[in-house]
Amino acid sequence: MEFIVASAIGVMMAAGVYLVLRARTFPVVLGLSLMTYAVNVFLFATGRLAVNLPPVISAEATGYTDPLPQALVLTAIVISFGMTAVIVVMALRSYLESGTDHVDLDHATHAGDVASSDNPARATATGTDRERATGGGNRS
Amino acid sequence: MNHWLILPILVPALIAPLIALAMRYDIVLARVFSVASSVLLLVLSVILLVLAGDGDILTYSLGNWAAPFGIVLVLDRLSAMLLVLTAVLGLLVLLYSLNGWDKRGRHFHPIFQFQLMGINGAFLTGDFFNLFVFFEVLLIASYGLMVHGGGAERVKAGVQYVIVNLVGSSVFLIAVGLIYSVTGTLNMADLASRVAEVPPADQALLRTGALLLLLVFAIKAALVPVQFWLPGTYANAAAPVAALFAIMTKVGAYSIIRMYTLAFGDKAGDLAWLAAPWLLPAALVTLVLGMLGVLASRALAQMVSFAVIGSMGTLLVAVSLFTPGAMSAALFYLLHSTLAAAALFLIVGLIAERRADRVDAIVVAPRFAQMGLLASLFFLGAIAITGMPPLSGFVGKLLILDNARHSIAAVWVWSAILITSLIAIVGFARAGSTVFWKSGSVEGMLRVRRLMPSALPLVAVGFLMAGTVMLTVFAGPLTQYMDETAMQIFTPSLYIEAVLGPGWRE
Repeated sequence: MEFIVASAIGVMMAAGVYLVLRARTFPVVLGLSLMTYAVNVFLFATGRLAVNLPPVISAEATGYTDPLPQALVLTAIVISFGMTAVIVVMALRSYLESGTDHVDLDHATHAGDVASSDNPARATATGTDRERATGGGNRS
Repeated sequence: MNHWLILPILVPALIAPLIALAMRYDIVLARVFSVASSVLLLVLSVILLVLAGDGDILTYSLGNWAAPFGIVLVLDRLSAMLLVLTAVLGLLVLLYSLNGWDKRGRHFHPIFQFQLMGINGAFLTGDFFNLFVFFEVLLIASYGLMVHGGGAERVKAGVQYVIVNLVGSSVFLIAVGLIYSVTGTLNMADLASRVAEVPPADQALLRTGALLLLLVFAIKAALVPVQFWLPGTYANAAAPVAALFAIMTKVGAYSIIRMYTLAFGDKAGDLAWLAAPWLLPAALVTLVLGMLGVLASRALAQMVSFAVIGSMGTLLVAVSLFTPGAMSAALFYLLHSTLAAAALFLIVGLIAERRADRVDAIVVAPRFAQMGLLASLFFLGAIAITGMPPLSGFVGKLLILDNARHSIAAVWVWSAILITSLIAIVGFARAGSTVFWKSGSVEGMLRVRRLMPSALPLVAVGFLMAGTVMLTVFAGPLTQYMDETAMQIFTPSLYIEAVLGPGWRE
């Protein structure tokens, strides 16, 4: 069983790392999910693998499994669930705003749009488009 | 058991949902409550500073569960000092944002309060799984703040920031799991008392866990090789948000100081000073890279972001020497670099608002409104952050250099700090002369149709700059406080005894 659990963690982590390094947001989100699965199983395993043993005190128990990692996993699951929701929403928003789902900043928009689009003064800027392109192009 | 300790977490935790639920459509009421909460936090943190001032380490057991089993909050001089710094910075940044920044997106104030809650919690907790939870609280709030105001580029940078930190959180959990599996505890003090007793067969696991944890804190502290997220994030965030984030890198630095002096310090047997051989080279490279980035930047916000990386390098160089003197210098520099970086982000924000479409690009452009005032503020900020006299950066760097004299790496530390200071001065001088001096002679005037009111932002910037002046003026008493703080940090038995009670076995 140790072998199965260990290799499951390893495979999920490896797949997760591979996907996180992809250039587009969807594989990255999948990769992050896989990584959190691997982490959850790993956390569970830190309490040692014990089959059919109770985590809480009972009269007829012959041994116990460590309840603390289970509590940690619960917390980690909740947090990673929330975080996955956040990253999905942000990835979607980023796709809708910039028209591309690349994670890389350089692919985001045309360089000229960059500076003006995230700037407070943009809405009130009086510069012509040509000026905007020359001024904004300097901001990376 | 001291109930004051929970309040810096409780106050924002209660105010934030109140604002989010009851005042979501009433910006005035939200502002009043947000400012009131921040003022209250400042008062509370000063009270805690006084409580911790006489050298006692106070603890608070949540739910009255005894120490190694329940979660404890611990207040020592270090935490108290950082709480005050957070409260001061939070209040000033909030004042800045009241000029209309807070209306550029929804829910600025509740997220801001949650951010303060997360930071305060991270500084107070004495349990490293709880530290993870507070990291997540401050991170999830920072994701919200990061994209505040929207815009394609900002959201894009935000996505990157979230991804980096989610990977960081996964590594954090793995590290926590490894350490727990070997030592069977999550309490920092309990861990510290057990590290030395770990059987040799398990030491490799513990070492791996501890170094992974260092990696996580390094991500937060923007240390090479995991510093790459910072410039994109800070330069693309709104000015007040970037200024508040100046404290976030310090959360990483604090965690490194706490963990690697308390648990992996003198008494850790084979694992003693585990972080030192990794931290020093990384910090030196961070310093050089950050300051080179200052020279290479093409926009002001980007330049200040690289200066933050450089200052984190300086700070962690001093930390990584792991001597009380150098730690004291590092803490002084920490206060200074937070205030100076925040002030510069705010100043750059004011400049970018006024330069219409040129924003903060380092290019020659026509004059803009309030150019003289902002130029002098930028000049002061640049003096502070590059470490020139008379402002506190100079004192901080001097203290670090002085305390590095007897280190075996003294040559490296001295040459890195001195050369990079020069590089930073050149970088800031080049930027300043392009944006203000050369632009001063260009015909015409950049006009922005509707400028946001600048009274409160200038007050905030003024107070931050005054803070760095104060650090210089009161450098004497402050260094004394830092010396005492460093002594407390390097006597981990005080911390362990405060948490576990006098009966713990040494």
